[in-house]
Amino acid sequence: MTAELGLFALTLAFAVALVQSTFPIIGATKNYISWITLAGPTAITQFVLVALAFGCLTKLYITSDFSVLNVVQNSNTSMPLLYKVSGVWGNHEGSLLLWVLILALYGAAVALFGQNLPPALRARVLSVQAMIAIGFYLFILLTSNPFERVFPPPPDGRELNPLLQDPGLAFHPPMLYMGYVGFSMAFSFAIAALVEGRVDAAWARWVRPWTLAAWCFLTGGIVLGSWWAYYELGWGGWWFWDPVENASFMPWLAGTALLHSCTVVEKRDALKSWTILLAIITFSLSLLGTFLVRSGVLTSVHAFATDPERGVFILALLIVVIGGSLSLFAWRGPQLKTTGLFQPISREGALLFNNLCMTTATATVLLGTLYPLFVDAVGGDKVSVGPPFFNSVFIPLMIPMIFAMAIGPLLNWKRGDLFGALGRLKLVGISSLIVTGATWAWHNDGPVFATLALGLSAWLGLGTLVELAGRIKLFVPGAGSWARVCRLTRASWGMTLGHMGLAISIAGMAGAGGWTQESIQTMKPGDTIKLSGYDFTFKGVHQRKGANFTSAVGTFVVHKNGIYVTNLSAEKRNYPVGKMQTTEAAIHTTLGGDLYAVIGDHDGNDGAYVTRLYFNPLVVWMWIGAIVMVLGGVLSLSDRRYRIGAPRQSRHGHAKELEAKSMI
Amino acid sequence: MKQRAIFILPLIVFCIIGFYLAKGLTLDPKKMPSMLDGKPVPTFSLPPIKGRDNNGFSQNHLLDKVALVNIFGSWCVACRIEHPFLMQLSELSNTPIHGINWREENPDSGPEWLKRHGDPYEFVGDDPRSKAAIAFGVTGAPETFLVDQEGIIRYKHVGPLDLQTWRGILWPLIQKLSHKNIPRGTL
Repeated sequence: MTAELGLFALTLAFAVALVQSTFPIIGATKNYISWITLAGPTAITQFVLVALAFGCLTKLYITSDFSVLNVVQNSNTSMPLLYKVSGVWGNHEGSLLLWVLILALYGAAVALFGQNLPPALRARVLSVQAMIAIGFYLFILLTSNPFERVFPPPPDGRELNPLLQDPGLAFHPPMLYMGYVGFSMAFSFAIAALVEGRVDAAWARWVRPWTLAAWCFLTGGIVLGSWWAYYELGWGGWWFWDPVENASFMPWLAGTALLHSCTVVEKRDALKSWTILLAIITFSLSLLGTFLVRSGVLTSVHAFATDPERGVFILALLIVVIGGSLSLFAWRGPQLKTTGLFQPISREGALLFNNLCMTTATATVLLGTLYPLFVDAVGGDKVSVGPPFFNSVFIPLMIPMIFAMAIGPLLNWKRGDLFGALGRLKLVGISSLIVTGATWAWHNDGPVFATLALGLSAWLGLGTLVELAGRIKLFVPGAGSWARVCRLTRASWGMTLGHMGLAISIAGMAGAGGWTQESIQTMKPGDTIKLSGYDFTFKGVHQRKGANFTSAVGTFVVHKNGIYVTNLSAEKRNYPVGKMQTTEAAIHTTLGGDLYAVIGDHDGNDGAYVTRLYFNPLVVWMWIGAIVMVLGGVLSLSDRRYRIGAPRQSRHGHAKELEAKSMI
Repeated sequence: MKQRAIFILPLIVFCIIGFYLAKGLTLDPKKMPSMLDGKPVPTFSLPPIKGRDNNGFSQNHLLDKVALVNIFGSWCVACRIEHPFLMQLSELSNTPIHGINWREENPDSGPEWLKRHGDPYEFVGDDPRSKAAIAFGVTGAPETFLVDQEGIIRYKHVGPLDLQTWRGILWPLIQKLSHKNIPRGTL
């Protein structure tokens, strides 16, 4: 019964979405008050129904109901509860259900917390949200029903892919989807603005928190995925420029650009049509990511089971959503008038420069990801575009952007003083040259870009601190710096932390990318390998039994200059149900770098194993930096102006009044 | 007018990408040109599985007729999906199908599986330690190789074999291979 209830709820949600997508948006144009007010209740009802459907699927998983095909394919009675639950979204059908659940959640959030939005705008936004949802409901109901029964029910299920049975990956998809789907809000606001033909500061102020929330989740999701790849795949790497990774990275890049251009719309009433376009592009890239992962168009290490029929459906969805919105943009976009004047040397100029770099970077990643497809389609060879392409194009693009990131915040709005700003950064420049030089002198064996990147990291980090110091007048006697610290808005703390986090992350990426030491060999118990000044002694392998796997655990004792450092226990797990093996790397983290050990197959009969040992410098800085960035985003999200700052609408028309208020 | 053109540009770019995505859907990225395409089958010799009294399966069995070599295992769910089609094929076509029973932990499970679901194979080799599978470059089960009468691999299909692949690719290829003596490496 639970499965049927779930399917019924899902079908009802689809019906509600049909109402939500038509009446409010028509009502907003024709000014039918009762139609406009339908938007809120339908959005909430739709969420409740999808949540019910999702709850049903979760219940089927927890109770291991093997009369449902989806549960059979992705669950097993011996799996721990956490992975039974994460199995719900660890497959194509369930993850789509999670997708619409989050979409409906955002819609309900607008209905509940968007009381200060002008009713017509809110109605339009919610209608556009429901239109997107309709596409996904149809997709689920027609091609990917998660509630399909199987007869006769097998005694036990296949299990969730053991690679996915991992705490990091259990929460990776929900985080990622909160990000992807979150950008649908910016998209819906953009479409609503195009329909209304008006974008103003108030609009930007409403869009920005949604974009920021999505950005925080997406950043978290990408980092979780990358962290997982680092310790679970056992290759010592954390980013592979795989199509699936790129699929999540492109919306991140475009979303970051969108965050910054929203600020320009809010403060300077400029870059309007550009911001609208970015909002459309960011969500389009999220959709494209879904398409690439599921259609079978590109191969990837961790794609879902692909199915060309589903591919056709998603492509049709892409064409309707992206093609439709870009057509609307081509039609209505030219009518958006910009009032703000634009000087190149100014805060908004710097933000525009950020946008140029970010969108070029997005385009590069898109090109690299789709290039094999282009070549294949014109009948060329099978090619794959690997890290060398991305590294040699992406990194040079980032260098000028990071260079400008330290300068931009020091420039004023409207007209900035470039030489003044550079003057304030004189010491920072010298310090970062010293960092670069010192790195070069200490380790000139690394690639040039990594040495440069450490210098840039110092430039950005110190530059951000100089900006903060300037704002609180740290070095001005009697300026009351502490009081100024307390008065800083959370949004400005958000900027400082965001930039600071990136600086820290860059240091980590440079260290791990440039100076990783690797050693692969066969080791017998008692053998010692020296790597980066550490002595790894292999103590042999013993067997261990987990809930649904057996594993060979290889132990290493690590000493440095004769002093004990740590024990490393690397596992090679064997999951009998799915006949799969996974590696669990053993990692000892220090600020200077990670000691990383993996065991492979046994070699011969004398207890010898193939082992891989790594020293990955500064890796932890990447994770710390990412956490700082997300923290910055969350702080900025809690800024006062989003809670109470948005102007209230008047009872009648709102346009003139809002515009007047936003000028103040 | 010039300004309007800029606003249409994103749509045009998307149309181009959409065109390639649509075209990409008709192509199969998994149809990797096998490393072994046009090369002779690797040397292998596998013992028979239990309950079959012929002498296993080796490359010598692949020398007189165009044949299919199918990698399967009782543990492999996709093989179970593929199996009814192989049964049909063995009855309706005269192309022999040989099997490599891959990675069985229990030597009884392969034969039992064939007893339960039917046995479409002419020769079956037991390959619990992936000896032949590695030589063939198998990445997963099921996989099917088309081998011509000279023992040269002409095609590799990854995943369950179905009517579409058979009609569209394998059957035409078999026709071509059976009627002509094609020099190596021309397909």
